[in-house]
Amino acid sequence: MNLELGPGPFLKCREISVSFRSKNGQSQQVLRSFDLDIQKASITTLLGPSGCGKSTVLRVIAGLLVPDSGDVLVNGLESTISNSSYGAKTDGANTYRAKMSFVFQESALLPWRSVLENVRLPLELRKQQSMSEIQAACEHWLNEVGLNRNDWQKRPSQLSGGMKMRVSIARAMTTSPELLLMDEPFAALDDVLRSRLNDLLLRIATTEKCTVIFVTHNIAEAVYLSNSITIMASGRNASTIGVEFTEPRDAALRSSKLFTDVYGEVSRTLFDSVAERESAS
Amino acid sequence: MSKVIRFVSPAIVFFVVLLAWDFAVRWFEIHKVVLPPPRDVLQSFIDERWVLLKGAWITLQAAAAGLFASGLIGFSVALIFSLSGWIRNSFYPYVIFLQTVPIVAIAPLLILWFGNEFRTVVLVASIISIFPVISNVTSGLLSVHENFRDLFKLQSASTLQMLFKLRIPAAIPQLILGLRISCGLAVIGAIIGEFFVGDRGAYEGLGTIITARQANLRTSSMIAAVITCTLLGLVLLLIVHALNKTVFRRWTHGVGFETDGNG
Repeated sequence: MNLELGPGPFLKCREISVSFRSKNGQSQQVLRSFDLDIQKASITTLLGPSGCGKSTVLRVIAGLLVPDSGDVLVNGLESTISNSSYGAKTDGANTYRAKMSFVFQESALLPWRSVLENVRLPLELRKQQSMSEIQAACEHWLNEVGLNRNDWQKRPSQLSGGMKMRVSIARAMTTSPELLLMDEPFAALDDVLRSRLNDLLLRIATTEKCTVIFVTHNIAEAVYLSNSITIMASGRNASTIGVEFTEPRDAALRSSKLFTDVYGEVSRTLFDSVAERESAS
Repeated sequence: MSKVIRFVSPAIVFFVVLLAWDFAVRWFEIHKVVLPPPRDVLQSFIDERWVLLKGAWITLQAAAAGLFASGLIGFSVALIFSLSGWIRNSFYPYVIFLQTVPIVAIAPLLILWFGNEFRTVVLVASIISIFPVISNVTSGLLSVHENFRDLFKLQSASTLQMLFKLRIPAAIPQLILGLRISCGLAVIGAIIGEFFVGDRGAYEGLGTIITARQANLRTSSMIAAVITCTLLGLVLLLIVHALNKTVFRRWTHGVGFETDGNG
């Protein structure tokens, strides 16, 4: 069951506004008419300072949060994932959810389940495949993310942060998602681990032709991973920068002049838009 | 701290207290009926070992049955509470009532209703020990981490899947926690129940022994019975500990929940 693609972007956010009510009754605007276009099989990064609404965008796209106004339009779905149909068990919403995976900031592995049992969870809940098919998918992805067979029976508490994140990615991939949403997945990892997992993600996204929306506050990570960087400030889409490299994305690219140039441009735009927003408010 | 010191220092405290006790009895010439010397209590332990052991066994059965009922009923009540905010709001005040009602005051009523029998003692033990289970398990079922809930929602998980694959497993550590608090309470409940049953029933628990010895002014034998009661609480704790290490191990081991410092 593939989503039929018409012309235009794969996913569009149109004028999404979200506000939260704090305990003292004041409402705080988190997203203000936020727009975003996502191309099929691309990696898009949402980059911005803490509290700018990056994670909120991701939760809205995932259907975990109902926006006050605005729509998320998915190409190939007859009904839009909009205000009214959020969280609904309509066919459109179900098809969409089935084609999407979410990777959480803290790997979110159930502590009482082993690595293998954690990876099995989404397919187990969906109940659409036989036990042996599920097992095969899990084993495939555990190998793919580089987890040793003798780690499969371990509990999450016995794993390092990097390994937990690998398990989390394997779990997200077992359902063969077309859309992969990642909420600062590597924020807690050191630079070496982070770059290894960046490479893993690039490899998986390319071979699976997966559309990825990646939230981060790390500029280098954004530049290395993205086809397109959306810079956010105070709940708005401040600027979109396309990133194209002719060289393959690897360690050599990280130290190249080209990479440093893009890095410079992105960080300048980021700092400028944050400063602009701050002076405006 | 080395292992030797960990065991030796409490032992030293124990013997110092015994010596002080013995010394005080001699120095102030306290009458045996008021406070017998430690060696008399030891003698009572030896003389009445079978009576005490049998009493302890009966009281342990009552307390354990009460605790088991608390665990089972408390868990079920918590489950119902976790499913509906409406039910929770309507009934929670009365659950707190269970906690605040003086058990000594309602024990005579229970005896009146259910007779001078073992089942009444079990009932008293479970009434007094059910609240920690209900409150701990309810909060365990409800306070599942948001990421976990989202994870299930994104797979369009049903309420039942959410309950059996997420909420219940996540609440097991809270169940153990509640049961541990309830151990001491269950023993208290069983002894109080036995006080009121007295020797009117065909019943010889530790509580019955204490009241009987009090009537006969056999203080040393009373103290021996009291010490046995204290040990009973420990036995129950050990049972819960063993459950935690076996039946419930999957959900409590390595989930950031340890029942004691020794692991």
